[in-house]
Amino acid sequence: MDYATLLQILDSTLRLATPLLFACLAGLYSERAGIFDIGLEGKMLMAAMASASVAFLTGSVWAGMFAGMLASLMLAGIHGIASITFRGNQLISGVALNFVASGITVLIAQRLFGQGGRTPPLEGDARFSPITLPFAEELRGVPVLGPLYHEVISGHPLLVYVALLAVPLTWWVLYRTRFGLRLRAVGENPAAVDTAGISVVGLRFAAVAITGILCGLAGAYMATALQAGFGREMTAGRGYIALAALIFAKWRPVAALWACLLFGFFQALALRPDVVQAVVQVKVPVPFLDALPYVLTVLVLAGFVGKAIPPRAGGEPYVKER
Amino acid sequence: MERLPKWADVVLVPLISLLLAAVIAAVVILAIGQDPWEAITVMVQGSVMNAYGWGYTLYYATSFMFTGLAVTVAFHASLFNIGGEGQAQLGGLGVALACLFIPWPHWTLALLGATFAAAAFGAAWAAVPAYLQAKRGSHIVITTIMFNYIAAAFLIFMLVDVLRPAGQMDPATANFPEATRLPTLNQIPVFNLFFTSNVPANVTLFIALGMAVVVWLLLWRTRLGYAIRAFGKSEAAARYAGISPFMIVMVAMLISGGLAGMMAINNVMGEAERLLQNSASGAGFIGIAVALMGRNHPVGVVLAALLFGFLFQGGAELGLWTKIPIEMRIVVQGLVILFTGALDMMVRMMLTWVFNALRAGRTAKGAA
Repeated sequence: MDYATLLQILDSTLRLATPLLFACLAGLYSERAGIFDIGLEGKMLMAAMASASVAFLTGSVWAGMFAGMLASLMLAGIHGIASITFRGNQLISGVALNFVASGITVLIAQRLFGQGGRTPPLEGDARFSPITLPFAEELRGVPVLGPLYHEVISGHPLLVYVALLAVPLTWWVLYRTRFGLRLRAVGENPAAVDTAGISVVGLRFAAVAITGILCGLAGAYMATALQAGFGREMTAGRGYIALAALIFAKWRPVAALWACLLFGFFQALALRPDVVQAVVQVKVPVPFLDALPYVLTVLVLAGFVGKAIPPRAGGEPYVKER
Repeated sequence: MERLPKWADVVLVPLISLLLAAVIAAVVILAIGQDPWEAITVMVQGSVMNAYGWGYTLYYATSFMFTGLAVTVAFHASLFNIGGEGQAQLGGLGVALACLFIPWPHWTLALLGATFAAAAFGAAWAAVPAYLQAKRGSHIVITTIMFNYIAAAFLIFMLVDVLRPAGQMDPATANFPEATRLPTLNQIPVFNLFFTSNVPANVTLFIALGMAVVVWLLLWRTRLGYAIRAFGKSEAAARYAGISPFMIVMVAMLISGGLAGMMAINNVMGEAERLLQNSASGAGFIGIAVALMGRNHPVGVVLAALLFGFLFQGGAELGLWTKIPIEMRIVVQGLVILFTGALDMMVRMMLTWVFNALRAGRTAKGAA
């Protein structure tokens, strides 16, 4: 494998890691507050459909993005009501919302466009276009680092950089703000937070809302930047892979970035059968490559996680003592 | 606050949950510009108003009984097996291999052999996530979901590159030999009085009902079942009582995977008579809804499987005769899981409030 191929793969790695990163950080807020969320997948799918539809109808990718965030927030709200207000089973609520999203996205897209549950392809301002970072052209000639900067780091849609910036922001919110301290506390020991006179319900709803917004960005990126439109089941398990990345990262923001880049790399490899064959020297059937990201996810979960200790109050509804 | 009477908890709560799911589904149908009343009429007409419809409803219900029981057994060990879909697809592979490569003299023997193969393949597919959960603490929900995707890719590979007969275009195995053909309900005495034309519901229905009894016996009448339920209620207490968590996780998941795999004798051997791509067609996931709706009890599972058989067949009719896409089935499935599995507390709170109001009214009258 030469340097140019490596750069191409790293470039796809970053593109494919972005939705994982948004979803992974989304899950991080929720789970750190003690609410498990299997429903990242459904929220992404809902957001992808809403953003592609609105972007097509208005011709504005920004309107699409906000519609995606709104749609994802609605599902997050239902998850919050089921798991916080009514103290329901959080895993089951997430699974249920994934099914609802899987079906209803097709229903709505079919009603709007009548193209078998897809949206029409997006063009022009209805999509996020690549941004060339400053000096990318000028530095291209610099050996090794120049092409790396030009090919891999520069030339992505805006949301890729937003996702990357969300990592330090999340770190700062979680470890350097009062809100972050309370958020982590409510996921470990909600009774203590309650005793201090802070609303457990309020904090958890805030966390679930942040999850909704970030999943909305993940879905909007999928439909308006990574691809040009919505297709049924287009998220293809990314919500679950993001959860695996979250466990691998042990619920920490910076580690989440590396985990998502790793899983993005697996997905990028699956897209390049020629490279995989050149490396392993055997003809690999296409289905094996399709399964590769999922197999590697299982392997990572099985072998390299070490002891992953989830937030202590995760999945437990909080019952105020009377 | 007074507690709910037991009959209300067992009967009223699931019924009201179902009603709420139906109301939301009707709102969805209205929102996409269709008529909910027309939808329910088409569904009832096409699934339970004639023998042909019943033939399909019972056929789907048979599959859902297996997957519902599969989810139930895992639930009692407090394991959430979302991998029924993949396990059922692997079960299909087991059935196909058994039917294609063993020269069975009679369908009864073929059924026996294929059932074992289906259960073994399904259980084997569940074994890896089970082992990872028991030994490495990998979250079973995520690993079983990953295994669904891996199963789908593996099946495509087997169908396209290995089992497809030479010269055939579509990714499927050859047709199974004549000797492995299972009798459908219209070929069975007594039942053929009602089912006069050819229907897909077949003899597997009785195996599914038998498995419901076996699961009930296993969970409530054996030492192993007690250990599974004890582990599910409290892992610490079970461990203290000398129950091995590793053993329970493995056994519960193997039984669960085996049951999900056995579904394949219904759809692969009984209906398609060859293995197709995506053979389980979502039945593995419906098992989750069936188990929740059936309150994790075999009797409830059988009833809920019938209900979902009706929904599935009715949903197919919707796709045929109305402008409502067939995906409506998945929405309803999700809504039922949401209301019976996650919002059950809401329903219970509402009912408790109603019962207390009634009780208060009665005491007030008694005092006066």
